[in-house]
Amino acid sequence: MPPKDPTTVLDARAVERTLKRIADEIVELNDGIEDLVVVGIQRRGVQLAQRIVTMIEKSEGGRVPSGALDITLYRDDLQTVGPRPVVGPTHIPWVIDDKHVVIVDDVLYTGRTVRAALDELADFGRPSRIALAVLVDRGGRELPIHADIVGKKVDVQNGERIDVLVEELDGRDAVILVSRGDA
Amino acid sequence: MSQRSAPRPSGALGKDLLALEPLTADQIRLILDTAEPFKEISERAIKKVPTLRGATIVNLFFEASTRTRISFEFAEKRLSADTVNVAASGSSVSKGETLVDTARNLEAMRIDMVVIRHGASGAAKFLADRIESNVINAGDGTHEHPTQGLLDLLTIRDHFKRFEGLKVCICGDVLHSRVARSNLWGLKKLGAEVAVCGPRSLLPNAIDQLGVTIFDRIEDAIQWADALNILRLQLERMEGGYIPSLREYNRVFGVTRERLERAPRDVLILHPGPMNRGVEIDSDVADGPHSVILDQVTNGVAVRMAVLYLLAGGRPELAESAKRGGER
Repeated sequence: MPPKDPTTVLDARAVERTLKRIADEIVELNDGIEDLVVVGIQRRGVQLAQRIVTMIEKSEGGRVPSGALDITLYRDDLQTVGPRPVVGPTHIPWVIDDKHVVIVDDVLYTGRTVRAALDELADFGRPSRIALAVLVDRGGRELPIHADIVGKKVDVQNGERIDVLVEELDGRDAVILVSRGDA
Repeated sequence: MSQRSAPRPSGALGKDLLALEPLTADQIRLILDTAEPFKEISERAIKKVPTLRGATIVNLFFEASTRTRISFEFAEKRLSADTVNVAASGSSVSKGETLVDTARNLEAMRIDMVVIRHGASGAAKFLADRIESNVINAGDGTHEHPTQGLLDLLTIRDHFKRFEGLKVCICGDVLHSRVARSNLWGLKKLGAEVAVCGPRSLLPNAIDQLGVTIFDRIEDAIQWADALNILRLQLERMEGGYIPSLREYNRVFGVTRERLERAPRDVLILHPGPMNRGVEIDSDVADGPHSVILDQVTNGVAVRMAVLYLLAGGRPELAESAKRGGER
């Protein structure tokens, strides 16, 4: 694909549909909502997790505990975090021992964020199972990590990047493919 | 940033934290903002994150300290750093050469950071200029105690959510207090109004040139202030002839419940510890509803974690490449 204007991979309606499907698959994977805890990874994973939880609660009629995880302090690249490393809040107000935890993130790429999230979750307790749901799997794994539930698989060429936009932070919902030009 | 030649530059703060005076308001805000998420770590069942795994930190304390040393040690351990405590309270270390030699020997054992407390003003900078490790000033003479200033700022911000226009009075022995100096710089940079109150013998000459209000009567300070930061009256000052007696000090400058009850608003009470109950502060006040003295201690760990984290991380030139290849 030659460098050009950003391509929309998913528009707002498609994002909504995809999240709905992810929500359904989470319920299916978990066989209901018993013992289910949904945890989003800062930043955009948190908003996606929140919406998925709302969808599940609506369709299943029950309460699903949710939380947020900031993995900055568990990264393996502190030396490269950059001049203004802002650490977001981690919020796991539930006991996660023996629960089925589903981690939600926007993009799955190298797998290092997920590795860090698994380490961090282990410091909060010992869930009976941890699953991973992502809106976009863009390939390029550097660790043996895979997602249990994938919203959309996207082939990303060298020099391209996937951006996930969410209403709460970016003003609109979309998944776009941008070429990494100097611009 | 501009310090290309520094061995361990950090984009946010530079190599060392020596004082609040040279920092910008943005840098101070960055430290306070970074401290916020660190508060949560101390509330976890497992109070530890792996962030500084493999880093070695030496706590080099040439002066007695309980609270500050323990607070730093908790901060270091909760970030998974390895720590060594050196309490060099002897007398042979008073010469600069010896200080540098001690630090160079430690550095030869491959350490990453030094937290130093020393009785001489400027000791931390002296050391920072001569070794490659990051240096954090944990109090140098009567100069500054930046992490104490930062934890006071964080505690004030937790309560008031703002600094702009806030009135804070620093009470007591301002002359000998590094805590007072760090508070003064930090508060002024963030937009607060600062006053001092104490016997003239314990106020620095020409302190009014720093743009602070001076109160000779504690009653006036209490009328004016939103918050009082009450300094410890160092008892050895009495022998030095700065004040006539502890009883008289308490009678004239002590912060008592009766005095606070006459204030037009609730006044937040801070004290860096250790307290002399019944001298600069009465027990009713120290344990009263507006005292945040123990919150200061809790915040101290979070602020020190933030400083360690910011000094350890983030080389700007690497950050660029990380940004390019660094989605997940």
